[in-house]
Amino acid sequence: MKLNYRIVIFALAIIFGISFSLPSLTQSEDGKKITLGLDLQGGLHMLLGVKTEEATKSRIKSITASIKHFSDRNDILIDGLSFNENEISFEVLDEDELSKFDEFFQDIEGIEVIKNRTSISLSLTPEEIIKTEKEAISQAIETIRNRLDQFGLSEPVVARQGEEKILVQLAGIKTQEEEQRARELISRAAKLELMAVDEDRSARVYNMSDSDAAEYGDIILTDAKDASIKYLVREIPILDGGMLTDASMGFDQNNRPLINFKLNAEGAEIFGDFTGRSVGKRLAVVLDGRVYSAPNINERIGGGSGQISGNYTVMEAKDLSIALRSGALLAPIYMMEKRSVGPSLGADSIKASLVALIGGFVLVIIFMMVYYRLAGVIANIALIANLFILLAVMSLFGATLTLPGMAGIVLTVGMAVDANVIISERIRELIYEGKSMHKAIEEGYANAMRAILDANITTLIASVVLYAYGTGAIKGFAITMSIGILASMLTAILGTHGVYQMLESRITKSKNNKLWFGIKG
Amino acid sequence: MEFFRYTRTFNFMGKSKLAMILSVIVVLASYAILVTKGLNYGVDFAGGTVVQVKYETTAPIKEMRAALKGNPLFASATISEFGSPDEVVIRMKTSSGNITTDIGDETRLALKGTGTFKVRRVDIVGPTVGAELKEKGIMSLFLAVFGILVYVAFRFEWRFAVASIVALIHDVSIALGMVALFGIDVNLDVLAGLLTILGYSLNDTIIVFDRIREGVTKGRNTELGEIINESVTRTLARTTLTSLTTFFVVFTLFMFGGEIIHPFAFTLLVGVVVGTYSSVFVASPILLWFGFDVKNYHVKLAGKAKREAEKQKMRDQFDGGIV
Repeated sequence: MKLNYRIVIFALAIIFGISFSLPSLTQSEDGKKITLGLDLQGGLHMLLGVKTEEATKSRIKSITASIKHFSDRNDILIDGLSFNENEISFEVLDEDELSKFDEFFQDIEGIEVIKNRTSISLSLTPEEIIKTEKEAISQAIETIRNRLDQFGLSEPVVARQGEEKILVQLAGIKTQEEEQRARELISRAAKLELMAVDEDRSARVYNMSDSDAAEYGDIILTDAKDASIKYLVREIPILDGGMLTDASMGFDQNNRPLINFKLNAEGAEIFGDFTGRSVGKRLAVVLDGRVYSAPNINERIGGGSGQISGNYTVMEAKDLSIALRSGALLAPIYMMEKRSVGPSLGADSIKASLVALIGGFVLVIIFMMVYYRLAGVIANIALIANLFILLAVMSLFGATLTLPGMAGIVLTVGMAVDANVIISERIRELIYEGKSMHKAIEEGYANAMRAILDANITTLIASVVLYAYGTGAIKGFAITMSIGILASMLTAILGTHGVYQMLESRITKSKNNKLWFGIKG
Repeated sequence: MEFFRYTRTFNFMGKSKLAMILSVIVVLASYAILVTKGLNYGVDFAGGTVVQVKYETTAPIKEMRAALKGNPLFASATISEFGSPDEVVIRMKTSSGNITTDIGDETRLALKGTGTFKVRRVDIVGPTVGAELKEKGIMSLFLAVFGILVYVAFRFEWRFAVASIVALIHDVSIALGMVALFGIDVNLDVLAGLLTILGYSLNDTIIVFDRIREGVTKGRNTELGEIINESVTRTLARTTLTSLTTFFVVFTLFMFGGEIIHPFAFTLLVGVVVGTYSSVFVASPILLWFGFDVKNYHVKLAGKAKREAEKQKMRDQFDGGIV
């Protein structure tokens, strides 16, 4: 027996394969492991879309609120302040005060101002709309990520997919309730608005329609706890959640959970100004379009902090404060695709595919041994090494193993022996031609090489395309197939060649072609 | 053990007409099925919802149907057993965009009272995503075929490339026909199966082509038909063996791999059989019919070798500082 470089590389590859696949096989704590895909371990996969046009609307609304605040603060009399999809308009009563707005408008980015005598109309520039929409997407990704990071699952995935889609993957969700909670946390707009109750007309709210309210610049909102209770509030909010700096869960005197929030300096100032002016009136705390409380204002409130009380459970209050803290979604999100797999189904899939893998593996191994005898054993060693290397490479890269990925491994078992079949057939042919054992082996490998390379490269082309164009679980199939093919070239071409070279003198001496190659003569 | 010992050459090309007629009939039949019955697109491509439900006892399909009746959301719902009597899938053409309460939640609510069950899987694919996946899927098939075409043309000759593509189209058409015939849901996994068939069938074809190439370049025989016959005969043992091992594993996957992997395994099962057949009886005869001229190829090869030699000579001279 002689050592040669091929057998050394083969041995190293086997050692590499075994040692790096062990952490995954034994599920040990240390070392890099293969991640199980959502379809195998259970979890939630969602592709979310963003209603970007809503971001523009809310931008318009917030500019309107600041115009209102600016004119109130500087005692400028304006009339007919209103807004629609992409336009704000109002009239300045005193022509002399028109110029006061110039500086104010300069501070607002991306607006177009059209003045017609004393009436002013504002709109966002097309570039600003695009910018706002883009920001809405980035902000949504950032916000959802922040929220999920605080949710308590390990390694949530939140990523942009394509131009305007958001991919969310949550592995290890155990129950329906947990999934529900996660979905609520993700989708919650968490838009906090402080709004003034229209006390002059409030008594008539139950007899008003939405369009009646709109005529007065009001809107009708319902109570969060009891939908039959209605409030008539001014449409332009006093301030919104954008000025929120912190939110946390607390408890009231009766030990019921509530949410404490803090406003930034600008918010605190606006809040202080408003409460100072509106003593005796009510302030509605509105979250996602529903009124949570509408306390009476007893005095000017400085310091910029407040509370939202509701019939919360501790869990709800906690999730809500997470949502408020991570910021509101600038635009609502909606679901484009959802795949949710329960952990029990994942476990069943693992079981079934393992049965298929082991079954196929045993069949192939027995078949190769019966057909090729010792040559079959050598091919089987290569096959086993191939599997270990495949697992090792996947572990090293932290690749994700999906159900189609498992199918890819099963298929690799069937196709990886192909190279050795080709080689063995070539060697058999050369032995029949009466070549010496040395020549038969060397020429057998040389002849088989081209075919194996060409055949594998074309399969690889198909796998790469599948990886590039496939989505989700299918990518896993492409990964295992590609690595399997590459590993099979190493083990089948180089590895077994080394084994034959090492054993060559023995094979020659034994003169037993039946034992070694399963043929007569 | 030996299946085929090479003692004499089988006359495959003599039978090629018969094989061609068979192939044409089967392919046409596949297209007929595709046109009349059509492909049964699953949620991945058509959009819609799949809800997989497992009951503690046998699933009460009748009661489930009654529970879903009346609600327009479930108008298109079909309920079918999935692998075992206690497990079913509900397929719907509708999807929903709401995140907190989606159509899967609605289904669970509607089924309340039909027994103790667990929702094990919910797949919802909205129309835009479905259309996108379809587009991407078709694109990937074309790209794979194109990539392979270029590679084979580069490594062999254009006629080899065209012949192998014809064989691939043959295989994929028949596989699709079978998928349509058995009403299998066409989802991403079936597409992956088709792409795998591309790779696998080509694998087989290339092993045969490699022999033909070897026979053409090394042998003295210039009769292409004879070269093909000899090449196919000599690779017959390998073709059979590899097909068998692959068939074994795909078959175990089909039998034991679980219900979810079924469509994928089915596609492959068809592909392995058809792919093996096509590499012998479709790809090679086409090569013959395209009039691949061995003598001409020899001349070309000689010319190419001469040019290479001249280039090398120039390079040597250049390196030697003569020019």
